[in-house]
Amino acid sequence: MLAIIERFGPMLIDGALITLKITAISVTLAAMLALPLSLLRIQASKKLRWPVQMFISFFRGTPLIAQLFLLYYGTGQFRPVLMELGLWGFFRDPLNCALLTFTLNSAAYQTEILRGALQSVDRRSIEAGRAMGMPNLLLYRHIVLPLAYRTAFPALGNEAILMLKGGAVASVITVMDLMGQTRRAFSQSFDISLYLVAALMYLTISIVFVVLWRYAERYLNRHRILQQRRRSSRSTILN
Amino acid sequence: MENLVLLSIGDQGWGDELLAGLMITLMLALLALPVGLFIGTSVAALSISSSRIGRLFALFYTTLIRGLPELLTLFIIYHGVGLLLNQVVKWFSPNVKYVEFSPFLAGVIALGLVFSSYAAEVIRGAWQAMDKGQKEAGIALAMNRWLIFWFVERPQIIRLALPGLGNLWINLLKDTALVSVIALDDLMRAANIAVGATKKPFFFYLSVCLLYWLICVLCERVLFKMETRLNRGIHTGR
Repeated sequence: MLAIIERFGPMLIDGALITLKITAISVTLAAMLALPLSLLRIQASKKLRWPVQMFISFFRGTPLIAQLFLLYYGTGQFRPVLMELGLWGFFRDPLNCALLTFTLNSAAYQTEILRGALQSVDRRSIEAGRAMGMPNLLLYRHIVLPLAYRTAFPALGNEAILMLKGGAVASVITVMDLMGQTRRAFSQSFDISLYLVAALMYLTISIVFVVLWRYAERYLNRHRILQQRRRSSRSTILN
Repeated sequence: MENLVLLSIGDQGWGDELLAGLMITLMLALLALPVGLFIGTSVAALSISSSRIGRLFALFYTTLIRGLPELLTLFIIYHGVGLLLNQVVKWFSPNVKYVEFSPFLAGVIALGLVFSSYAAEVIRGAWQAMDKGQKEAGIALAMNRWLIFWFVERPQIIRLALPGLGNLWINLLKDTALVSVIALDDLMRAANIAVGATKKPFFFYLSVCLLYWLICVLCERVLFKMETRLNRGIHTGR
């Protein structure tokens, strides 16, 4: 096992960095997409809601690997058109295609998470803002979005973990992420312990992420923790 | 029009190949489901048991498998069990050269394991959400542990866990597409082969996506019906 780590360790670490990069970029871009999409999704107008609903349903109802193939190999069918448009350079690169697919896929999931959170915002908070004469933009910036993101926070963290794991399929279209490097190393050595090392690396990344995310969650909810402490200290005084 | 010919059944079209792939996909999911449910229920039982080692094992199991990419789990099972199998065979009869580990079986085991680790959490939640009085009523009637589980707890766990398990079932259906990577002729690989022969990747991958989408939407509908049916005796207090 040690010899294997010595021989392939640097490769695997390179791969892990690519994995981290892919996950970070696509989850961040998806988060930027998810906000406007979720606002459209909760619109009263059916015309605005419908395309977003279809987008969410498609990306949540098909396998990630099929979406990836559709965007990477599928665009090859329109190569002349894409070359004319000057987009072929983008779609030729597997890494770009993986990033695009993962961004769209994660955006669909994050939109659905945000929708739930937006709908769970207490109406009274919104009405209070309205009563103060807040315009819509101010209302969303100071009341609705902070409350919604706080509710959505744990679920968004889960989605990032799912993306980290789902991103392993990028290796199938020759992206050299952690999974890709592991598969290459395995094909050179046929040593099963390589997979176990990769498993440990994936586990470490997700555990570190979960811990950091939980700290961030505690920070976002620090007022509640204070409230709880105050409440419990008050009750001890009363007792 | 020529695209319709490509999807037709027969020598010219790839419709029959795709349908054969779809059968493999569905078989895989339908076989992985009971495996996953059985292991999932057992792990859930361990995680709420009084045994400390049992609880630790359940925590370790669910954290481990839920932390790994499904693709990696599949490779570990496929290559790992394959190598192990060959070692064992070599031990018993050194003359046999190489035994191929069935990718289908590897797929069922890997998908079953992934399903079970998520299902264990869902089932544990349902188990704990159930009113304690139910179990105590069973004890008062002198039912033994298994009778209580089967006749009192199981029906209610199904009702409480169904929404979560339904989501997992849809994830399982989608995860079956991964087995195409270990050369199992499922729907996804049937599309790969068709693409290789016709050079129409967009058309075939889109068809396959739409097919998966259709199945998932259908499953969602059925699950919704099942949930309403299971909740028909429950008054929500409004």
